[in-house]
Amino acid sequence: MKLHSPVPAGGAAGEVPATLMRSMYVMMLRIRLFEERVADLVEAGEIKTPCHLYIGQEAIAVGVCAALGTDDYVWGGHRSHGHYLAKGGDLRAMMAELYGKITGCARGRGGSMHLVAPEVGILGTVPLVAATIPLTVGSGLASKLRGDGRVSVSFFGDGATDEGHFHESAHLAALYRLPVFFVCENNFYSSHMHLLEHRAEDNIYKAGEVHGIPGIRLDGNDVEAIYRASVEAVTRARNGNGPTLLECRTYRWRGHVGPAWDLDVGVKRKDELEGWLPKDPVARARTRLMEMGVPPQDLERLEQGIREEVEEAVVLAQQSPYPDESELLAHIYWARGGGQ
Amino acid sequence: MTIRSLSYAEAIREAHAQLLATDPRVFLMGQGVWSPWYAGTTLQDLEKEFGRHRVIDSPVSENATTGAAIGAAIAGMRPIVFHPRMDFMLLAVDPIVNQAANWSYMFAGRVGVPIVVRSVINRGGEQGAQHSQSLQAFFMHVPGLKVVMPSTPYDAKGLLIAAVNDGNPVMYIDDRWLYAETAEVPEEMYSVPIGQGIVRREGRDVTIVATSYMMKQASKAAEALAERGVDSEVIDLRSIKPWDQDLVFASVRKTGRLVVADGAWRTCGMAAEVAATVAGGAFRYLKAPIARVTLPDAPAPSSRMLEQVYYPDAQAIIAAVEKLLVG
Repeated sequence: MKLHSPVPAGGAAGEVPATLMRSMYVMMLRIRLFEERVADLVEAGEIKTPCHLYIGQEAIAVGVCAALGTDDYVWGGHRSHGHYLAKGGDLRAMMAELYGKITGCARGRGGSMHLVAPEVGILGTVPLVAATIPLTVGSGLASKLRGDGRVSVSFFGDGATDEGHFHESAHLAALYRLPVFFVCENNFYSSHMHLLEHRAEDNIYKAGEVHGIPGIRLDGNDVEAIYRASVEAVTRARNGNGPTLLECRTYRWRGHVGPAWDLDVGVKRKDELEGWLPKDPVARARTRLMEMGVPPQDLERLEQGIREEVEEAVVLAQQSPYPDESELLAHIYWARGGGQ
Repeated sequence: MTIRSLSYAEAIREAHAQLLATDPRVFLMGQGVWSPWYAGTTLQDLEKEFGRHRVIDSPVSENATTGAAIGAAIAGMRPIVFHPRMDFMLLAVDPIVNQAANWSYMFAGRVGVPIVVRSVINRGGEQGAQHSQSLQAFFMHVPGLKVVMPSTPYDAKGLLIAAVNDGNPVMYIDDRWLYAETAEVPEEMYSVPIGQGIVRREGRDVTIVATSYMMKQASKAAEALAERGVDSEVIDLRSIKPWDQDLVFASVRKTGRLVVADGAWRTCGMAAEVAATVAGGAFRYLKAPIARVTLPDAPAPSSRMLEQVYYPDAQAIIAAVEKLLVG
């Protein structure tokens, strides 16, 4: 399923058109329903790979990816189910990957934290915190050298902004004015540590200022605002004016890893969570669509369709075989040898 | 075929120039690439020939520079990233080891990392512990990486071309102490196969396995030993990951004695790996224990008096061979 609307009707400042709003809502709901099902399957012991759920943060992946084309590159981290779907990755291949099956997007050797869909510009998501930020700068450099007009987006969390990777990469991307878009999903927790326990200041969006990188802080649960800001950042990058840093303030509903609600790697945070649940980005998009005149029964049908899609993916994953033992030593070296 | 005499450094430069001229995906990035202070003559004036957009002298940001080169490789380019001192490359170990080395495996070969990470062993001259290290064993340890260490101008050129065309992350390690070595090098582009060693001198009494600068010392040692009636077979591995096990086994089956010379630390080093492999696979052919000639397990000293005893040379190889023969 494709979300892309590379030429934004109405431009950055204008209204988000109803058709785009609808496809963004559908994508957010797909991420939500996919992950809620995954959470159940983890609890049931059926999925074993460590799953870092994106529930509560869906507006960010969707708003950003709606401003991209299929050829643009997106890089992610340990919490990237949402990025994978929003960029157009195949839902069934991801579910099979979580099951460790041969039909998975990485043939069962990646699991939840190593997703790939080169056909839609996802060249790999990996869990070393901040690791893909320099790689994003690199795909941006490749685009600049080739003049191919692609933009490279890096999704990372607030914790990743503590890494040297981030600072060196911002510096390099600014120096070479690369077509790069840094998107920080600030969910206020670096694993178990609150933002103000791991940072001296609550000012992530300013982290690129010393390099001349414009920083924008946004409500990370407002898909329209994120889309509009992304259109601006992507246009700026494509026009050769260099990177932008977007800080999206949001909250992850489940634990750092796994499906737990109120316990996050030893941290009780029920009060905080209760304040965030009413800010549900998916419900907010739904309300917006209804304001735009989409009848509730249409929305029910959409939801039903997504539930069926997810169930089919579960069945397909369950029925798929595990990788054969002969797979163990395959692909240590890349055999294709040609370009990609 | 035109063959001229080139230095090791000139051969490296020629490989770069030909790769840049023939493959638009190739670009070069790293510290000091515009400066002979860092690269000797190995990159001289390449930026004038190919432009500063493709020959990029980067800031002192090893991590981001190497990571960016890796990201560009994943996105279809063929970068060569340059570290004028191997010691500084340690700041880029995450992108090399966690990312580049694992990428093909993690994603079932759907995406590869065709990158060359070139680093220079640059030691001596009282530079001390952080400007002297030979860290090839670190990278030899990691699945997914290939490691090459040319000892001649011919291999310096051919291995760089092979590395860029390989499609995998290749650690290309050259040695500043070899830059002035001169030999015949064909003008056209050619590859030296990665993983293939070469017998530099045939002999029957003892096998000496070496690479890079230690190869030069092994040749000297073999000449001196010949004068004393000891006939050495000298093997230049050229690649240490993967390394040419067949060639070494065939030689040891003939000579029954093995000395491995590596200009790096002893513990878990290249010499240890070769020794263990031969002991495990050709034990019954061995007439004597396997000897290693390496650095001591100590950081590099600064004072010239200590440097003299720190770095092994031909004399150390001769001593090791003689000890085996006395048995």
